Amino acid sequence: MALSGMRGLSVFISDIRNCQNKEQERLRVDKELGNVRTRFKNEKGLTPYEKKKYVWKMLYIYMLGYDVDFGHMEAVSLISAPKYPEKQVGYIVTSCLLNENHDFLRLAINTVRNDIIGRNETFQCLALTMVGNIGGREFAESLAPDVQKLLISSSCRPLVRKKAALCLLRLYRKNPDVVNVDGWSDRMAQLLDERDLGVLTSSMSLLVALVSNNHDAYWSCLPKCVKILERLARNQDVPQEYTYYGIPTPWLQVKTMRALQYFPTIEDPNTRRSLFEVLQRILMGTDVVKNVNKNNASHAVLFEALALVMHLDAEKEMMSQCVALLGKFIAVREPNIRYLGLENMTRMLMVSDVQDIIKRHQAQIITSLKDPDISIRRRALDLLYGMCDVSNAKDIVEELLQYLSSADFAMREELSLKAAILAEKFAPDLSWYVDVILQLIDKAGDFVSDDIWFRVVQFVTNNEDLQPYAAAKAREYLDKPAIHETMVKVSAYLLGEYSHLLARRPGCSPKEIFGIIHEKLPTVSTSTVPILLSTYAKILMHTQPSDPELQNQIWAIFSKYESCIDVEIQQRAVEYFALSRKGAALMDILAEMPKFPERQSSLLKKAEDAEVDTAEQSAIKLRAQQQTSNALVVTDQRPANGTPHVGQLGLVMVPSSANADHNLEDQGLAQENGTLSKVDPQSPSPSADLLGDLLGPLAIEGPPGAAAPTEQHAIPASEGDPNPADALALAPVDEQTNSVQPIGNIAERFNALCLKDSGVLYEDPNIQIGIKAEWRAHHGRLVLFLGNKNTSSLASVQALILPPSHLKMELSLVPETIPPRAQVQCPLEVMNLRPSRDVAVLDFSYKFGTSSVNVKLRLPAVLNKFLHPIAVTAEEFFPQWRSLSGPPLKLQEVVRGVRPMLLLEMANLFNSLRLMVCPGLDPNANNLVASTTFYSESTRAMLCLVRIETDPADRTQLRMTVSSGDPTLTFELKEFIKEQLVSIPTATRPPAPQVAQPTSAATSLTDPGAMLAGLL
Amino acid sequence: MIRFILLQNRQGKTRLAKYYVPFEESEKHKVEYEVHRLVVNRDPKHTNFVEFRTHKVIYRRYAGLFFSLCVDITDNELAYLECIHLFVEILDHFFSNVCELDLVFNFHKVYLILDEFILAGELQETSKKAIIERMGELEKQE
Repeated sequence: MALSGMRGLSVFISDIRNCQNKEQERLRVDKELGNVRTRFKNEKGLTPYEKKKYVWKMLYIYMLGYDVDFGHMEAVSLISAPKYPEKQVGYIVTSCLLNENHDFLRLAINTVRNDIIGRNETFQCLALTMVGNIGGREFAESLAPDVQKLLISSSCRPLVRKKAALCLLRLYRKNPDVVNVDGWSDRMAQLLDERDLGVLTSSMSLLVALVSNNHDAYWSCLPKCVKILERLARNQDVPQEYTYYGIPTPWLQVKTMRALQYFPTIEDPNTRRSLFEVLQRILMGTDVVKNVNKNNASHAVLFEALALVMHLDAEKEMMSQCVALLGKFIAVREPNIRYLGLENMTRMLMVSDVQDIIKRHQAQIITSLKDPDISIRRRALDLLYGMCDVSNAKDIVEELLQYLSSADFAMREELSLKAAILAEKFAPDLSWYVDVILQLIDKAGDFVSDDIWFRVVQFVTNNEDLQPYAAAKAREYLDKPAIHETMVKVSAYLLGEYSHLLARRPGCSPKEIFGIIHEKLPTVSTSTVPILLSTYAKILMHTQPSDPELQNQIWAIFSKYESCIDVEIQQRAVEYFALSRKGAALMDILAEMPKFPERQSSLLKKAEDAEVDTAEQSAIKLRAQQQTSNALVVTDQRPANGTPHVGQLGLVMVPSSANADHNLEDQGLAQENGTLSKVDPQSPSPSADLLGDLLGPLAIEGPPGAAAPTEQHAIPASEGDPNPADALALAPVDEQTNSVQPIGNIAERFNALCLKDSGVLYEDPNIQIGIKAEWRAHHGRLVLFLGNKNTSSLASVQALILPPSHLKMELSLVPETIPPRAQVQCPLEVMNLRPSRDVAVLDFSYKFGTSSVNVKLRLPAVLNKFLHPIAVTAEEFFPQWRSLSGPPLKLQEVVRGVRPMLLLEMANLFNSLRLMVCPGLDPNANNLVASTTFYSESTRAMLCLVRIETDPADRTQLRMTVSSGDPTLTFELKEFIKEQLVSIPTATRPPAPQVAQPTSAATSLTDPGAMLAGLL
Repeated sequence: MIRFILLQNRQGKTRLAKYYVPFEESEKHKVEYEVHRLVVNRDPKHTNFVEFRTHKVIYRRYAGLFFSLCVDITDNELAYLECIHLFVEILDHFFSNVCELDLVFNFHKVYLILDEFILAGELQETSKKAIIERMGELEKQE
C-alpha cells in the first residue's frame, strides 16, 4: 500500500490522517508548505527526485482544499526533465494545478511540441494527455497539425492514436479552424475503418464533434457508422475485453448512434434499411434483467436508439413502439428508468406529433410530480410544461398551483414561472388568467418575479372587459389577514386604476378602498410606497363629488412624505399634493393609463433565452430549430399585417365588434402621438422595459395616448412636456415608406453594438440579423446570425461586404435561401491593417413573396474594437506622456457641443469604449485620464493615452489631449472619441480655436497633477 | 462531455478531482462543496442523476466514496453511470480489492489510471484489460 520509493510523501499523508482536528491539519500543512517553499528557493541543491516528491506533496495539499500559490513553475519545469519519472509528475501535476488560461503553460509549449513530435512513445502519450486535458487556443494553433499526423500515422501504436484523436477533439473545441474540413473528411472516414475498438471509441467522439458543426462535410462517414453499429449490435468480431456484462461496448454503440443523429436524413435505402433493422433489434430485444450493471448498459443503448428513431422520423409503427416503451418506463419503480422515461418523453414532444398519445399518460406523470426525488419531480414538471396545450391547460396549471404550496423551495421559482407562462399561453379566457396569477402571488409571492405581475397589469390595462373583474378580485385578496407585498402592489395598482368601476358594490366606496389599502402601508417596503401614493391620488381623483374628509386624510399622507428621504417617494408626494389642489385639471392629469403597446412577453422570452451549455450542440435542438425559433430570433412578433400570431394569447383581446380594426387604429394613434410628442428618432426602440412603464412616474405625466382607442384626449398645453421615455412607448416604429419596415432603430442598434459584442444588428418582420464578435489583438471574428422569422423561405439572399481600405474582411458563403424559421450562421473574418475611423458596410438584400428588401448596414467593426484596455501606473504614465511631446504624436483640442454628462458617466463611457480610466493619476477631480492599447498590423500593439479636462460650470465643452506613438492613430483616436462625446456624431465642425484651459491648474508642482498640467 | 470528475468521501474530503473545462481556483472549491452537498443526502432509492447548475451530475456511491461526473444535459446518463462502474472495476483490479486508503496513499496512481481511461472529457478506452496492461508498462519505466 505504501508508495514505492516516496517515503516522505507517505509519511506526510499519514501525518495528515492522524491529525485530530482541522486546526492540527492546517498547522501540519502550513509547516509542510513552509518547508517546500524553502526547498524550492534554493533550487540548486534539489535533486530531480526531491523536486518530484515536493510537487506531489503540493498536489496533495491542493487536493485537501488549501491554496497553493507557489511552486507552479517547479511543476511546469519538470515537464522538460529528461527522465520519465520526473516528466510524468510534471505533466500530471501541471494538468491538475493549472488551467488553460494560465500564463506558465505558454512556457511549456515548445517542450510539449518536442515531446509530441519526438520518438519516445511514452513522452508522446504524456504530452498528448496534457494537451487533451488542458490545452487552450494557443496549443490548438501550434499543435493541431502534429496531432493530426499522429492520429493517422500507420507507425504509431493504437495507444498513441487514441490519445491523439481525443487531443485533436480538444483542440478542435478550442478552435474549430484547426481542422481543415476539405482535407480531413476523407481521413475521418478512413479512421472509422479502424479495427482497434479503443481507437474507434476515441475517433467516434471526435466525429460527433465534427458532424455537430458541419454534417455536410462528413456524409461519407454515415454508412460506416451504420456498419459499426451493425457489427456491435450483432456482436460480430468484438473481443471479449470490450464486452461489458455481455454487451458489446455499450459506450461505442451510444456514441455511434449519437453521431448518426446529426445527419438530417439517411437517403440511401440500403443503409436506411440496415440501420432500422439494428434499431428494431435494440427496441425489441432489450429486457429487464436482475444485474443492475447489465440493465443499465443495455438501457443506455436502448435510450440512445429511441432518440435516433425519433430523429429519423421512422415509420409510424416504430414511433408508436417508442411511445409505448416510454409509457411503460414512466410507470416503473426503478427511479433511473422512470427519470429517463420522463426525460425522453419530453424530448419526443419536440420532434414529433405524438402529443395525443402522451396525453393519455397525464395522470401518471402528475404522480411523478409528487415523487420524493427532486430529479424526477423536475423531469415531470418539464414534461407537463411541454405537453400543455389549450385542451389540458386548466388541469395542468391547477395541478401546478396545488403542488406549489407543498413544493420545496428549490423548485418554487421555476414552478411559478412555468405556471405563469402556461396560463398566459393557453388561457381559455382572461379572467382565468387573472385568477391564476393572483393565486400564484398569494401562494408563492416570494418566488413570483416582477415580470409576472407586470404582465397581468398589462393584460388588464389593455382589456376593458377584464378591468372590473380584476379590481374585484384584488379587493377580495386585500381582505385576507396577511398578504404578500407583491399582492399589495398589484392590488393597489389595479384598485387605483379601476376601483371606481366597483363603486356601487358593498365595501368598495373610495373611502373603504382607501382604508383597506392604507392599512398595509406600515408593512410595506420603500419600493411599494410610491405605488400606494399613486393609488391614493387616483382614488382622490375618482371621488366625485369630493369627500373632504378623505381628501384631508390623503393630503395629510402626502405632506407627511414630502420630506421623505427616498427621492421617488418624496417627489411623488410633493407632486400629487400640488396636483390634487388643481381641481378639475386633475382629471386630465390622472386619467386612466393608456394601453400598453404590444410586446413579446418577457416571460416567454425568459423561457426562450434559457440556454444550455453543452460541448456539442444538441441534435434535438438543431432539429427543433426547423420548427421553433432560436433564442436570437423573436418568434412572437406580430406580423406586419396586424393579425395576431396564432397560438399565443395576444395582448389585446378585442372585446366588442366595434373595435374590429383596432390594430390599425392603434397604429394610427401611435403615429399621431409620436408626432405630437416630438419623438427623437434616435431614441430607444419601443421595447423599453416594463419597469419603466409601471414604476415610473407616468401616471402624472398626462398620458399622450387615449384611455380608449376610440377617443383621444388632447394633451393639456400647460403640462405639455411629456417624459420622452413614456412617449416613446407609443412612438411609431418607423417612418419609412418601404413596404417592409425595420423593427427598432438601426442607428441605435449599431451604436449599441459598438459598445458590446453581441446583439441584434437589424430586424424587420421577416428577418433578424444578430451579430456576435470576438476580438483578439488586430484580428476579429464576427458571426452573422441570419434568422428567418417566417414560415416560408427567404429567397435571393445576398450579403456583400464593402470594407473600408484599412480593414481586410472575408465573409464566408451566405446561402441564397434561408429555410422557414431557420437560422444561418455566417462567420466574417476581420483584420485591422491601420488606424482609421471608416466603417465597413454590409449590403444585404433578400426577397420575400413579392417584396424585395435591400438595406445597407454599418458593421460594428469600429476603431474601439481593436483597443485593449490597459491600466498604467503613475510611473509608467508620466515618462510616456512626457516623451510624446507635441503634434503630430500628441494632439489637443477643445471640443464644444459635448453631450452634457456627469464625469462618472463619461468614465463609464470611456471604459465601455475600452479606454481604461485610471483614477488617481490626475488629482483634479474634474479631469479624467485613460489608457489603452491599440492593435493593427501596421502599428502592432501601441499604447495610447488620453486626458480629458472638463469644466464643471459648462458641461458642453471640454479639452481633450490624445497621444500615441503613431500620428495617424493619435488623430483618428482623437476624432473617434470626439464623435462619441458630441451629440451629433456625423456633424462636421470647423476646428475649434485653442482656448485657455477651462479648469484651474493645480498649484503645487510636486503633485502628479501639476506635473501633468505642466507638461501639457 | 464530462466537465469534471470528483471522488469525495462522505465527509466531503476530495480524494480526486479532475477538471476538463477551465475553472478558477475559488470556483473549484465551490463546485466541490456544492456537489458534495447535492449528493450526500440523497436517498439510495433516488435516481443517480441530479441537476447541477446548467449541467447534471451522474453519481454513484461505493461504500463511503462518492464518484461524481458532471456532464452535459443532453448526454446519455446511463452510459456515464456505467462508466463510473467500469472505472471502479479498473481500480479494484489494479489495487486488488480497492479501499479508500488505497486511493489516499496512491492518489498519483489514480490520476495515471484516470488519464488512460478518460481524456478531454471523453472516454478513451473501455477495455479493462488494455488499461491494466498499460499501467504495468508504465510501472516498469519508473
